[in-house]
Order: sequence, then structure tokens, then C-alpha cells
Amino acid sequence: MKLITVAGPPSSGKTSVILKLINCMEMPKGRIGVVKFDCLTSFDDISYKEADIPIQIGFSGKICPDHFFVSNIEDAVQWGMQSEFEILITESAGLCNRCSPYVKGILSICVIDNLSGVNTPRKIGPMLKFADVVVVTKGDIVSQAEREVFAFNIKQVNISAKIIFINGITGQGSFMLAKYIRQALDIQTLRDMKLRFTTPAAVCSYCTGETIIGEAYQMGMMKKMEFDKK
Amino acid sequence: MKTHYFMELINHQTLEEIIKAYPITTDFLANYRLEDIPKNQLLHQALKEVEDEILEDFGLDQYDVIESLCVFLVSFTQAETAVNHVASITIKGGQNKLNEAENVELTIFTGDIISIVGPTGSGKSRLLNDIECLAQRDTPTNRLILVNGEEVDDINRFEMDGKLVAQLSQNMNFVMDLTVREFLEMHAKCRLTPNADEVVSKCFECANLLAGERFSEATKVTQLSGGQSRALMIADTAYMSDSPIVLIDEIENAGIDRRRALFLLAKREKIIFISTHDPLLALSANKRIVIKNGGIAKIIETTAEEKQSLEAIETFDNTLLTLRNSLRGGELITAELLRE
Repeated sequence: MKLITVAGPPSSGKTSVILKLINCMEMPKGRIGVVKFDCLTSFDDISYKEADIPIQIGFSGKICPDHFFVSNIEDAVQWGMQSEFEILITESAGLCNRCSPYVKGILSICVIDNLSGVNTPRKIGPMLKFADVVVVTKGDIVSQAEREVFAFNIKQVNISAKIIFINGITGQGSFMLAKYIRQALDIQTLRDMKLRFTTPAAVCSYCTGETIIGEAYQMGMMKKMEFDKK
Repeated sequence: MKTHYFMELINHQTLEEIIKAYPITTDFLANYRLEDIPKNQLLHQALKEVEDEILEDFGLDQYDVIESLCVFLVSFTQAETAVNHVASITIKGGQNKLNEAENVELTIFTGDIISIVGPTGSGKSRLLNDIECLAQRDTPTNRLILVNGEEVDDINRFEMDGKLVAQLSQNMNFVMDLTVREFLEMHAKCRLTPNADEVVSKCFECANLLAGERFSEATKVTQLSGGQSRALMIADTAYMSDSPIVLIDEIENAGIDRRRALFLLAKREKIIFISTHDPLLALSANKRIVIKNGGIAKIIETTAEEKQSLEAIETFDNTLLTLRNSLRGGELITAELLRE
């Protein structure tokens, strides 16, 4: 089974891109499955079910989405193996811009949209920096110049990434992405494989349910800002 | 070779000197929150004062930063890429939705203008998609697209990085909050051209020639009228875009000299496809591709008679333009104006 991980900021068009991609792969129904890692709620299962695509959804809730991803990804792979998928796609929303749910050797795709502003690629961090393929959506409504500046800024952060422009509505561009998918690695398990980047670190009192503000309540791993002294 | 050159440069010249020679280094530093490190030292010396934590945030150590800058400079000083060498493309027919063979072969050179006509949903976007991904008999239409007369392997198709085709359509907007000048400068920076100022000025003047109403360099791009935006986008694509192929989707009448825009792009050695039903534009092309049932039904070479009618059409069009300008100027529309 091939495993593909897709990440990107909320509403960047991940689900649309995956749906167009699956459509483009022209494989029999039920051979491609999707696991969606989301935070609180998700409505994407409706779109997947409408397209007859087997889908599982997990909500990280109060847990950091990356920690949630890494502690469930092997189970997701086993679900895919048991379902006899040829391809399993995971979709996860990066919220803190530090998310990087990518595994070494596993095809990693980052989806970002042109409307988010030309400097966004320079701010996203590991989610973009460690991706193999960067898919840019919503390019049909901004000027060519803005598309080019956007692509240039992606290259600044991730020189080796392949950039593909995909129109999530018409599917234009998904053909080239499908070509990449066919080259992805076949796996049976992720056991002993490694993440490309560490997950955000924090084990502090607030992680475990503390809600009161003030130094006396802050324990564990903290990071303090330094403000100018008057 | 180049890697070695930049490694030597980074090891022996201060950041100041590197930035002077390669201003884009400033961007690199900003990307890693290193914009404030001392510039009068060598990079590895300057990095000693940086807290490890900052670098760790990016998954780097000091050596990685040096190596990354080297790779960065190598990559951003490459003036030539695969897309710069496209002199012609050839479309070899596949089949339409009814599985009938297309039986066409069309080679298009830089400077050529080809129009595409056909009802909505007839398969125009499929043709444009095939061109964009350089179909190698592996898309639903089974078409083959050659570049400079040759087939293109997957590695080269990926190398194009979405740069093969520039697109212009009626739906496009500017979303950045910049002035015209800033906007063009920002785009020029990506081209890494040494004579950025000159190109920006040329591009600005050209946009004004195409637009019905003049605008200044200090105008915000988001405040331009529809016609002015289109004019700026076309001038920008002509002067700044690397892409050898331009796809134009229905530029409407809104205050822009459409034919002049087309010829400008052609003069800049672009291959131009224009999907349109505007007679003035469609007949300005040397050939037009007629799309039916998802396939190329035929290719019509613009006839002498059509070329002649172009003059009459242009007269109609000019009359309309005069009317528009009169309205804009607050004048009355008279029968006299219509006869002109």
C-alpha cells in the first residue's frame, strides 16, 4: 500500500485537491482510502462519502494535532492494510504553522492557497519546508504576477520541492500530482520509521488542564517572551 | 562547481559583502529570523551569537544554515531554466469524447497567436490542460505535446514547476495591498534581473498604453479599474513572466486595447493561445482551433477575406471605443459619432 500524507492550513483546499486527485487516478472504487485528522469538527467526511471514498476521521481535541497524528498514524496504516487499499491518504490541518506530519520516505504534500498572501510561504515553516510537493490552490483568481511571486517565496523556503498549481474546482493540474503519487513508496507498516521534524514540544501545567493565569500556576516546559525594559 | 564557488564565498566574505553581491541573501536571513545578526563578520562567526533555540525552531544547526545558504544562492542565481528554451510546441491529435481520431498536427512557434473557439463545455479547457501538463499520450484525450519537436520525459515535465504557462483571465484580481510600482518591483525581484528598475518602468509605461484611462505608479493595484488591472496584468506577463506560453481566457471589452495587448505579447516571443469569441481577437490570430465534442474538430487558417473584414470589425470596435470615451468625458452621444 502506498501512503501519502497531505497537510496544509485550514480551508486551503486539501479536501478538494484530494478528491480531484482520486478522481484523476481512475482506480476502482474502494482502492483508495482517506484518514482525516482534524481538531474539533469536520464536515469533510460528507464530501468523501458522497464520492464513495472510505473515510475515517479522528479529532485531536485538546491534544496537539501533531502529537495526535504521530500516535495514530500506524493504526491508520493498519486500517488501510486491512481494508486492502492500494493507496491511503492522510489529511491533516496545520493550525499552529509548526505542524509537520511528515514521515521520512513517505510522500509528503503541503497544500497552500494563493489568497493567503504572498509572504505566507515564508511564514509556514516545517509544514512547507519538509514537503516533497507543494500544491498551490486558488491560482485562478489571482494575477499571474502574484502566482509567480508566491511560487518564488515557496522556493525560498523549500528549494527542492516540486510546485504544482491545482484548481480545486476544475481539477486542472491534478494530473501531474497523480503522476507523483504513482511513484510513492509501498509500505506495510510505519513501525521504526521516523518523522521528518520534531513535533511541537510542551508538557506544562496548561497541557494538563490548568486554566488560571499567573506565574504560580505555570509549571513544566515554558517559553517566556522577553519584553523591552523601561 | 557552483556550490564550491558559493561555499568559498560564504567562508571568506563578510555577510555585508555577500548581501551586496547577492541582495536576496537578506531574504534568506529573514526566513530564519536571522535578519539582525552582525553583518560585518563571516557567517559562521555571526552565527555564534545566535541562540541555538532559534535555529532549532527551524530544525537547523549552525552548519546547516551555512549549507542552506549555499544551496539557496546556487539555486537563485540560475538564470536559465528548462522553460527558457521553449521555441515551439507541437500538438499531435488524440481522440475526442466519441473516440474519433483528431487527425491534426499543429506546430506553434514563439510569436504565434492561436485562437481557440467552441461552445462552453466543448473541451477547450481540456486542450489547455494538455498543453499545461505537456500531455504525452497519457491524458484522457490521448494527445501528444512536443516541445521543440521532441517528446518530454516525466522528469522534465516536473522540472517545469508550473512555470510553462502564464494565464490571464477575466476572473483574476490583485489581492496584494501594494502600489503599482511596489507590485512590479516585487515581481521583478523574483526574476533576479540586474536591470530591475528599467524593466519596471517599461512595464508601467506599456500598461498605461494598453489601458483606456491612465493611472500612476502610486495607485494601489487593488484600486485599479477592470481595464487598468487587465492592462497591468498583460504588460506584467509580457515583461516579467518567465513562462513561454500565455493562455488568455476571454478578455472582455473593458477599457483595454486588446489587439495591441496581443501583439505586445507576441513581440515578447511568447506562444499565445486565446480562448475567445470576440471576432477582433479571434481573427487577429493566424490560426484558430475549433473544438467540438471534446476534440479538435478542425484548424482554420485565417483567410484573406477574414483578414480584410478585420478592418471593418476594427472600425466597429473603434466606433464603440469613441462612444465609451465620449460617455466617460461627459459628452452627448450624437448620430455624427456613430457614422465615424
